[in-house]
Amino acid sequence: MNNSPMSASESASGSAPGFKLTRRRLVLWTTLLVLAVLPHFFEVIGESYLTSLFAKIFVYALVGVSLDLIIGQAGLISFGHAAFFGMGAYVAGVLSHHDANQIQLFGWLEATNNALISWPLAVVVCALLGLVIGAISLRTTGVYFIMITLALAQMIYFLVISVPEYGGEDGLSLWYRNQVPGLDLGSDVQFYYVCLAFLIAYLIGAIRVSGSSFGLIVRGAKFNAQRMTSLGKPPFRYQLLIFAFSAAGAGLAGVLMVNLTQYVSPDYLHWNMSGKFLVIVILGGMGTLYGGFYGALILLGLEEILSNYTDHWHLIIGLILVVMVLTSRKGMFDSLSGNGKEKTLG
Amino acid sequence: MILFIEQLFNGLQLGVTLFLLASGLTLVFGIMGLINLSHGSLYMVGAYVAATVTSQTDSFLIGLVAAMAAAALLGVVIETVIMRRLYHRDHLYQVLATFGLILFFNELVRIIWGSQPLFVDIPDALNFTINIFGEAAYPAYRVFIILVGIVVLGILYGLIFYTRIGMLTRAGSSNRMMAQALGVNIDLLYTGIFAFGAVLSALAGALAGPIYAVEIGMGEHILILAFVVIVIGGIGSVKGSFISAVVIGIVDTLGRAYLPAIFQSFMSASDGAVVGSSLASIAIYLLMAVILVLKPKGLFSRL
Repeated sequence: MNNSPMSASESASGSAPGFKLTRRRLVLWTTLLVLAVLPHFFEVIGESYLTSLFAKIFVYALVGVSLDLIIGQAGLISFGHAAFFGMGAYVAGVLSHHDANQIQLFGWLEATNNALISWPLAVVVCALLGLVIGAISLRTTGVYFIMITLALAQMIYFLVISVPEYGGEDGLSLWYRNQVPGLDLGSDVQFYYVCLAFLIAYLIGAIRVSGSSFGLIVRGAKFNAQRMTSLGKPPFRYQLLIFAFSAAGAGLAGVLMVNLTQYVSPDYLHWNMSGKFLVIVILGGMGTLYGGFYGALILLGLEEILSNYTDHWHLIIGLILVVMVLTSRKGMFDSLSGNGKEKTLG
Repeated sequence: MILFIEQLFNGLQLGVTLFLLASGLTLVFGIMGLINLSHGSLYMVGAYVAATVTSQTDSFLIGLVAAMAAAALLGVVIETVIMRRLYHRDHLYQVLATFGLILFFNELVRIIWGSQPLFVDIPDALNFTINIFGEAAYPAYRVFIILVGIVVLGILYGLIFYTRIGMLTRAGSSNRMMAQALGVNIDLLYTGIFAFGAVLSALAGALAGPIYAVEIGMGEHILILAFVVIVIGGIGSVKGSFISAVVIGIVDTLGRAYLPAIFQSFMSASDGAVVGSSLASIAIYLLMAVILVLKPKGLFSRL
């Protein structure tokens, strides 16, 4: 069973006769089953705080999936995904801040705490930002692309922290989470399932995209942009669209993050965050899409465990990263699903 | 007018600091194809070593030399143990490994020196002001930094174009395999270039110590500025990185000094300050975006 994105389309159109239990399917279904009952398990063992930790893992996993979509499929290494993550967080957070303090936006527009309005709005803003940043960055390739996405994300960071009204470098504390009719987002267990649902929904969307002819064009452009052009498919607009779709995913994760922590932090926009997202993609397994979850699980799990033992856990994480890059060439999802070939960007 | 000249010199000084960082970065990228995020860590280590040695020996010069020696040593170790294995890998893996190194060095510095920033005095011999055009009293130390940068530019230019090492470097940069086949010890050459870049970075950090606070993470912000510099200048071009470093330094400094006032002249005082300072903090990124739209490979292309 190979694990190339082609097989993603195959499993997405899963109505094929004779369901075969492969190692890959076993890993995925086991994971899903465990995640479905996890909050109850935590409650039984009396460690309910772990529910929030896993909600956070889902949030990071969502960014991991969205980033893997452009790295693994399109070969576009964005070192600026914190811009979209943070922008999603700020849009939802600022709306909620205005609502809580009864201040009108721009002096005339009523703010809202209703998730059904503010979440889609935040995602749309991030997708538009993705279109703008993508349009500029896609003029370049390779290492220039890495650096320009980094620099544009820094620009967003400095732009946002220069607004004193929204806390500048201190960020904004929120009084409550957003509200959805019929749900209680204030409940950690319910919020856990909301995050899980969004993660699965985005993952399915990403798999669909990569399995479509659209995904094929983008992958083709990764290996030979010139050939795609001569085949009548100049890749720019396809790359731009997938970049914006990825930005929307990262923005959605930011919205969830700000609700989870009830705090809008400029750290969400910081370039360290972009680095962390790349780490998650590689730890999980580049080009697998599912890897986003496993990468977030390893990274946040490691942080949680190591920080219990030492204040200097960054030292160990740093070393692990270096050793990982120098020795191993596959991510965790590849190891679990038994797929071992080295991932390159072509 | 006095203020303007002062700000222009401040910009020049920032530009020269950026150049010291960017020249190493651009050589390592241009020749070895390595994107090295941990270059800023060498800047930080340089500043810390210089601050410590200076306070122990009471000699700024010994501090500078110690910082450069420490960075050379560290550069050789990092290159032979880690970087050498990354040259042929994809840029993504280079970013990850060197990102790991940043985390490692930041924490290591915290363990050795603690979390509190260090403050370094301006050396006595340079602690006076110079009259520029007979009016502006300008600190001699900043003039010293500018002079160091110009000297380094001269040395680099001489090394690359008029020495055997420079010739081998240019050969290795244009065709690694061919240079190796002709008997050039590429491994040794690459170690040397990397260590040389490390020394320049540490020099920049040690010189910046008395002006900015010596603190953890000090190398990261300036590293990103250095990336902007080499992207604008054209990766691999020392000449391009000098010109764009000076332009970036001046644009950034003048923007911060004047944009708020300019916006205040036609907006309310508070709005003008906010808009002006936000625009000032992103001016160089806007400049980069415009230049990349016009010239996607930067202003200059080769060495």
